[in-house]
Amino acid sequence: MSNPPAVDTKRRRFLVTATATVGGIGAVAAALPFVFSLQPSERAKAAGAPIEVDISKLEPGQKLDVEWRGKVVWILNRSKAMLDSLKSLDDKVADPNSKNKQQPEYAKNEFRSRASKPEVLVMVGICTHLGCSPTFRPEVTADGEGFYCPCHGSKFDYAGRVFKGVPAPINLEVPPYKYFANDTKIIIGDDSGAA
Amino acid sequence: MSKLLTWIDDRFPLTRMWEEQWGKYVAPKNFNFWYYFGSLAAFVLVIQIVSGIFLTMNYKPDATKAFESVEYIMRDVSWGWLVRYIHSTGASAFFVVVYLHMYRGLIYGSYRKPRELIWIFGVMIYLCLMAAAFTGYLLPWGQMSYWGAQVIVNLFSAIPWIGPDLAVWIRGDYVISDVTLNRFFAFHVSALPLVLLGLVVAHLLALHEVGSSNPDGVEVKKQPKDPVTHLPPDGINSHPYYSIKDIVGVVFFLFIFSIVVFFMPEVGGYFLEANNFIPADSLKTPAHIAPVWYFTPYYSILRAVPPMFESQFPGVIAMGASVMAFFFLPWLDRGAVKSIRYRGWMFKIPLAIFVITFLVLGWLGTEPTDFLGKLGEVEIATLLARIFTVVYFLYFVLMPWYTKADKTKPEPDRVTG
Repeated sequence: MSNPPAVDTKRRRFLVTATATVGGIGAVAAALPFVFSLQPSERAKAAGAPIEVDISKLEPGQKLDVEWRGKVVWILNRSKAMLDSLKSLDDKVADPNSKNKQQPEYAKNEFRSRASKPEVLVMVGICTHLGCSPTFRPEVTADGEGFYCPCHGSKFDYAGRVFKGVPAPINLEVPPYKYFANDTKIIIGDDSGAA
Repeated sequence: MSKLLTWIDDRFPLTRMWEEQWGKYVAPKNFNFWYYFGSLAAFVLVIQIVSGIFLTMNYKPDATKAFESVEYIMRDVSWGWLVRYIHSTGASAFFVVVYLHMYRGLIYGSYRKPRELIWIFGVMIYLCLMAAAFTGYLLPWGQMSYWGAQVIVNLFSAIPWIGPDLAVWIRGDYVISDVTLNRFFAFHVSALPLVLLGLVVAHLLALHEVGSSNPDGVEVKKQPKDPVTHLPPDGINSHPYYSIKDIVGVVFFLFIFSIVVFFMPEVGGYFLEANNFIPADSLKTPAHIAPVWYFTPYYSILRAVPPMFESQFPGVIAMGASVMAFFFLPWLDRGAVKSIRYRGWMFKIPLAIFVITFLVLGWLGTEPTDFLGKLGEVEIATLLARIFTVVYFLYFVLMPWYTKADKTKPEPDRVTG
């Protein structure tokens, strides 16, 4: 009986490392389909398609709630008093000039709306703090508070600009939108080709 | 019978496992009231698994049917109301028992060397329980289920850069929807219970490896064994002694548990919130969103931190850190002794303050931030939450210093009864 050959530890370590590495890569690759399966399905993505809303009957001071991508979107035809209240609030709101990208470029103005119809406010009605839906304040008061979030007390003006010193960090979001049919209808979720 | 046992033992270590893990597991003889809550937690786990299995038989994880199916269980399924109330009460009971179990760990230093891993497994169990409670709370698909989940999932979207995509990935949709409900159901009824059971096994294996702590901090396993009984002078077999003691605990627990289940299953809105009896509505937020009581201390911390750099991420970080802090306890505590019995006031006072802080934060978290009115411009409740949040973290951050400076008495060699 001859002694068994000595173990080549270097070779063994190489083989163990190589096997573990290849096996590890395989395990990660096998896990990826499961990770990706948690992403929104094609159906969920399709449900995020743009929507059309008729606003011809929306009177000044009236607000319409519609659903887009499962979120509430407000269409508010602001009265003159509501628009006037915005002017005095620049030093009370956190981001008066809408520097944060919470709106498309065409809504980056004092009314946070399209220049062709400044009185119509289109806004995702979800608080930027933790996603609750703020309550509309239809009566214009001296403090210019247009929306109040009941969850944690955040306040917004009639352009969705957040007041200073409340939990919400940034202004409410203006979704992409455009008008058609002589400005009587609105498409939310698509602004391609509009001026 | 003994022949059958021998036959099994030759093929599977049944007797050995029983004796090592419980039957001949030597435990200190001086366990007091605080040592009930470990076995009670295991008991509640069994209650939750059994009642959960029976709920699954009638529940439908579908956004259009979920709320209705819960009402169906409550009204039409024979004894369904009982099974559901057992499960909903069990969820709160689990946290009551686990909080008391953790408090035991704090006062007697059960997390100290060599029991660091037992403690870490325990904190992981606690995290797993929180995940199970959160995913389970979405399932009835009431207003509070929906909006609570909305708030919690949005916490992840506060993470810089990847946040919004991460939140979409967790929900599987742009909002909390049927997709979210379905996956939360999968986590709640299969993934999390499996992880939980694995962690409980690890917790117990680690405990039975190093041996139980006790109110005197005496290491019973290190004492010389009696040549006749093979027991250390301060040790007794878990069975039958602690089997009997724990049964007393279970009976007492069941008294209180039954009172809640049969006479006050909602506990004034603390165990089951009133808003959750309204079906989920994605277009209408309830006037006041509060998590169930066991999450409210952390929720208070989340609300207390103001947004910084136009982001609410700091609040999220603070909330995460307030839970994660427990992991570091074994290394933060530099005291010369384990048990509160031999520690001085410099340990006892911070602990008392911490307990008060936890309770006050919990109380504040159940209420809206304006419920105490305003002091000038500042909401009193927010101010209180901020003060107590700072105190909460100071308890952990300063622990290495005050536990080291603390004047301790020497630990005894034998337990004191």
